[in-house]
Amino acid sequence: MNGNSTSSDWDGRYFHVDQILDKPGPRTDPSFLAGDGVKDFLRNQCKILVIGAGGLGCEILANLALSGFKDIHVIDMDTIDISNLNRQFLFRQKDVGKPKATVAAEFIMNRVPGVQVTPYYGKIQDKDEDYYMQFNLVVCGLDSVEARRWINATLVNMVDPENPESLKPLIDGGTEGFKGQARVILPTVSSCYECSLDMLNKPTAFPICTIANTPRLPEHCIEWASVLEWPRVFGDKKLDTDDPEHIGWLFNHALKRAKEFKIEGVTWSLTQGVVKNIIPAIASTNAIIAASCCNEAFKIATSSAAYLNNYFMLIGTDGVYSYTFEHEQRKDCPVCGGESLDISIKKDWTVERLIEMLVEKQDIQIKKPSLSTPTKQIYLQAPPQLEQATRPNLEKKVSELVEDGGDITVTAASLPFNLSLRIKYI
Amino acid sequence: MLKIWSMKKNEDAAAKKKPKTSAAQIRVQKDLTELDLPSTMQTTFADPADLLNFELKITPDEGMYKGGAFSFSFNIGPNYPHEPPKVKCIPKIYHPNVDLEGNVCLNILREDWKPVLNLNSVMVGLQYLFLEPNADDPLNKEAAEELRRNRDQFLYNVKNSMRGGNIKNEHYDRVTNQ
Ligand SMILES: [Zn+2]
Repeated sequence: MNGNSTSSDWDGRYFHVDQILDKPGPRTDPSFLAGDGVKDFLRNQCKILVIGAGGLGCEILANLALSGFKDIHVIDMDTIDISNLNRQFLFRQKDVGKPKATVAAEFIMNRVPGVQVTPYYGKIQDKDEDYYMQFNLVVCGLDSVEARRWINATLVNMVDPENPESLKPLIDGGTEGFKGQARVILPTVSSCYECSLDMLNKPTAFPICTIANTPRLPEHCIEWASVLEWPRVFGDKKLDTDDPEHIGWLFNHALKRAKEFKIEGVTWSLTQGVVKNIIPAIASTNAIIAASCCNEAFKIATSSAAYLNNYFMLIGTDGVYSYTFEHEQRKDCPVCGGESLDISIKKDWTVERLIEMLVEKQDIQIKKPSLSTPTKQIYLQAPPQLEQATRPNLEKKVSELVEDGGDITVTAASLPFNLSLRIKYI
Repeated sequence: MLKIWSMKKNEDAAAKKKPKTSAAQIRVQKDLTELDLPSTMQTTFADPADLLNFELKITPDEGMYKGGAFSFSFNIGPNYPHEPPKVKCIPKIYHPNVDLEGNVCLNILREDWKPVLNLNSVMVGLQYLFLEPNADDPLNKEAAEELRRNRDQFLYNVKNSMRGGNIKNEHYDRVTNQ
């Protein structure tokens, strides 16, 4: 029944799409197999993975199914919450509490005959390279930076110079209120997600002195409750942002403080939004971004038209503005960069000094780095025996341990991946 | 499908081939330096420069195996974390889930291994075996049988074996500290 269910392909089903697939246009790729070849690939062979079945994911799944993709897989680790129903249109009241991936897959299969949607309710990290290797394309509609970094690095690392099939195009969509972006990542060929990490908006953080002394916004009161009051009252007890009791405590304390300072606007949902860093999701922005992601998936799968090269940005906060540009691959990208991050240090710097510099460096943000070269350990933070064994190196000059132009591999809990440093002495 | 491969520059392939610390090596460094072990577990490296081979000593502070010190060898292959580490119990011990060769029956060391797991999860899993020996997937059938049939006799056997005694003509290594 999978894919080749021609019985469900009634007359004229693909009338519109076929006008694009039946003959080459002036800008189609030379490899375009107009007619049956490309249709057979799209409808019977192409296997596409959708990551995320939320606001973007619902739109992406519907668009892919309606443009002729027939073997779709979807991963999502979340269950349906009542607050999703306003925009995640594959879900109904009765589905609340069920896994998004499963419900979305069933909905699409019921609605679009002949399409097979295979759900996986769980984390993308549960799957290994063998799993990702089976797909021709991956489309991401996620709201998590961490998950995006992970899939990006996984697909980049999968590229095997001996095997063309190992290169999986990644189409990534993201939205934030009226803003959004869609991009095409050809792992190792073009700029990857990690390359553009510094373009991300940082989550808003208020100066601690403002929240402690001069609150003006409802957010200041909420931050005061979560950053200052909670640890003061509860000590080391960790704040669980998914625990309604914890949110309730923060809300009550933030509200009290807001009254004290005559600030309006502290609500339960704002409290939750601030502590969980929830960004408003707007259905129509999701629709625009998902649509452009799916157009790119269709163009890449069929070679029927030129694809996005490589970053489309939508800004709807002030009228409608969009901008498409080529984001450049970063040579020192820790994930796709062929070279390592170049660091120039003085010849008399000790290992300890180098570690201090890494910790202070704004653009890498490492805590407790462990360092090694391809042949030996320089300094390891743990376990105790290895920390002790490598501790004498802290006093040594880096130049005694690493030659000019040599590489150091850095790992740290705060880094999802290792970082490769190329040391130059000045 | 678009032919992307042809866009790949040849120099890329060359650049990737430069000798680098292997992915397994990096991952092991990451796993080890982020270990979060209770005081009942300790790692020992025969050669601190070799992160791929080391021992873990478990000294349970509760349960039937309290008072013993159980060492395991860890061997990490080049396919880590695609493949799990190879773990063996070094002394010959009387335990339903450890055989006389030191093989350990722990799901995450075999069928349930996933790359998302790490050395910490394996170590915690091993310690759990001493707190809750499991008669359902036995590697030492005699021991499992005894555990199921007569818990008091099993406990007696455990204590006896830990002192280096014989059980049913099988000699076990002494693992008590004193
Ligand atoms: Zn990159």
